[in-house]
Amino acid sequence: MRFIDLLDFASTSLRGSRSRTLLMILAMSIGVAAVVVLTALGEGARRYVVNQFSSLGTNLVLVFPGRTETAGINPGMLLGQIPRELSLDDAEALLKSPAVKRIAPLTIGTSEISRAALNREVVVLGSTSELLTVRHMSLGQGQFLPAGDIHSSASVCVLGNKIKHELFGNESGIGAWVRLGDRRFRVIGVMARQGESMGFNTDEIVIVPVSSAHLLFNTSGLFRILVEAKSRDALEPAKRAAEKILMERHNNERDVTVVTQDAVLKTFDRILRALTLAVGGIAAISLAVAGVLIMNVMLIAVSQRVKEIGLLKALGAPAAEIRKLFFAEAILLSGIGSVAGLILGEIGVLAIGKLYPSLPVVAPWWAVLAALLTSLVTGVLFSVWPARRAARLDPVTALAGR
Amino acid sequence: MIQFENVSRSFLVGDQKVAALRDINLSIAAGDYVSIMGPSGSGKSTLLNLIGLLDRPTSGTYRLDGGDVTALNDEQQARVRSQKIGFVFQSFHLVPRLTAAMNIELPLILAGIPPAERKRRVAELLENYGLNDRADHRPDQLSGGQRQRVAIARATSMRPAVLLADEPTGNLDQTTGREVIKLLEALTEQHVALILVTHDPAIGGRAKRQLQMVDGQIISQT
Repeated sequence: MRFIDLLDFASTSLRGSRSRTLLMILAMSIGVAAVVVLTALGEGARRYVVNQFSSLGTNLVLVFPGRTETAGINPGMLLGQIPRELSLDDAEALLKSPAVKRIAPLTIGTSEISRAALNREVVVLGSTSELLTVRHMSLGQGQFLPAGDIHSSASVCVLGNKIKHELFGNESGIGAWVRLGDRRFRVIGVMARQGESMGFNTDEIVIVPVSSAHLLFNTSGLFRILVEAKSRDALEPAKRAAEKILMERHNNERDVTVVTQDAVLKTFDRILRALTLAVGGIAAISLAVAGVLIMNVMLIAVSQRVKEIGLLKALGAPAAEIRKLFFAEAILLSGIGSVAGLILGEIGVLAIGKLYPSLPVVAPWWAVLAALLTSLVTGVLFSVWPARRAARLDPVTALAGR
Repeated sequence: MIQFENVSRSFLVGDQKVAALRDINLSIAAGDYVSIMGPSGSGKSTLLNLIGLLDRPTSGTYRLDGGDVTALNDEQQARVRSQKIGFVFQSFHLVPRLTAAMNIELPLILAGIPPAERKRRVAELLENYGLNDRADHRPDQLSGGQRQRVAIARATSMRPAVLLADEPTGNLDQTTGREVIKLLEALTEQHVALILVTHDPAIGGRAKRQLQMVDGQIISQT
């Protein structure tokens, strides 16, 4: 029997029982679509996180106060001391390293902002003029924090977009005075609308010079120092330099944590990739279920078509040919099912993309390939038994329909 | 052409051995017209199945065109069936989802004959059996006589040397039954050996050779 005739004959038997065929294709396509959509979601989440991270700035090294110790007990802990703070001078010292391009110290706290009768709680960020470039933020109007002495505590502030609208409505607000806690600040700029990034809404913050923030919150320590390396290759030297400089400044004690943004990113990347795989794997189970369905339906088909099988044998079809006929049917079923599933899945992915434009959902090519292969392989695998059963039928009893 | 030497066939029913055929010796030549008659359970159908290679004898040898076909494996027997043997059944055994033309084409497809040649042969058969206007009808849209004509066309599409018919008129009324028999008889003029199983003496009596079977044995031959 020629291959094309084999497919043709198999397709006539699929067309012969239309509702059975349609249901099988539906089961198969749901399985494939589930794999496509779920892996696309996983991959989307991964890309989303990666994008968010790179929008935070490039070639970043982050310095945190304190260190997660696994080796022994810090004597300070016995005295109830917290780890040594990061000071502004620590931050400035980092600029001595040739690998470091610029730094932005960060202090964070909440305070009440008020203008005339309007007031609300806000997150106050204390930093320097460098923050704008280091964190890839963009200014809407006016100007950002003035450059110059890191220790000067000018009473100026830059408002997040939403805060400005809440306090000033459609007025520009530049040059006006607002009250933060018990101090007065002059508004010198407004941030452009940016929305949420890494769970931190830059539209709802107020940025003041870092020294002013220290006065406001009555502290002297830093929450974090953002260090921008000169280039990607300078990331590691910058990290080592930061560790060395701060160790020297802190009486040779390693009491800060320095990580590169890449390291954090890689961890997230790994976690989310594993998640995508896991979710894809779970979806693949539905493909196996569809495979069992195919087996069930093929077994029924064999018993329904006993007479036809007997006839084919009488007409001179050898056992191998009969097996091939049932294989061809299963492959057609799973093939059409997986193509329909791919289309269904891509439509689903498009729909999700429309609903959540910020999520870059794309089914990864390996998942699409894996879904197709899995459905074809399950289709064939689960039709082995029915096909063998058909081929083994005794022609005399089969013709009698027994 | 067909030679049976001491062929027996027995079945196990429960733990009892039941002999369906006992020591059959038979020889049929090309173009012979043989009818096999007898009461039900006499072994007519078993004999036909053995001739058609659908079943294997328990003992004895069966030579077809001089070669011992009992020694062949299933696949080789399938090839012999495809090339040399045609079947016509009482219940037609047409594939319900295929048109008349496609049913006739089926043995040619299974034998792997190229489409152009298939088309030519099917057209010829449709013409010969007066089925031209029925080519695209499915079996459930055909009358009993038309169905059996399709079945005969299918059985002859590979130009077999032997045509086996098991009660071919059993599901037909007398007039159409007679027409079908005439079509089958016409084949013997083309040197096809026709072997007909029937319990209708009016039909069996038309054959040049008539075998009477009782209890798995041929009791008379004319």
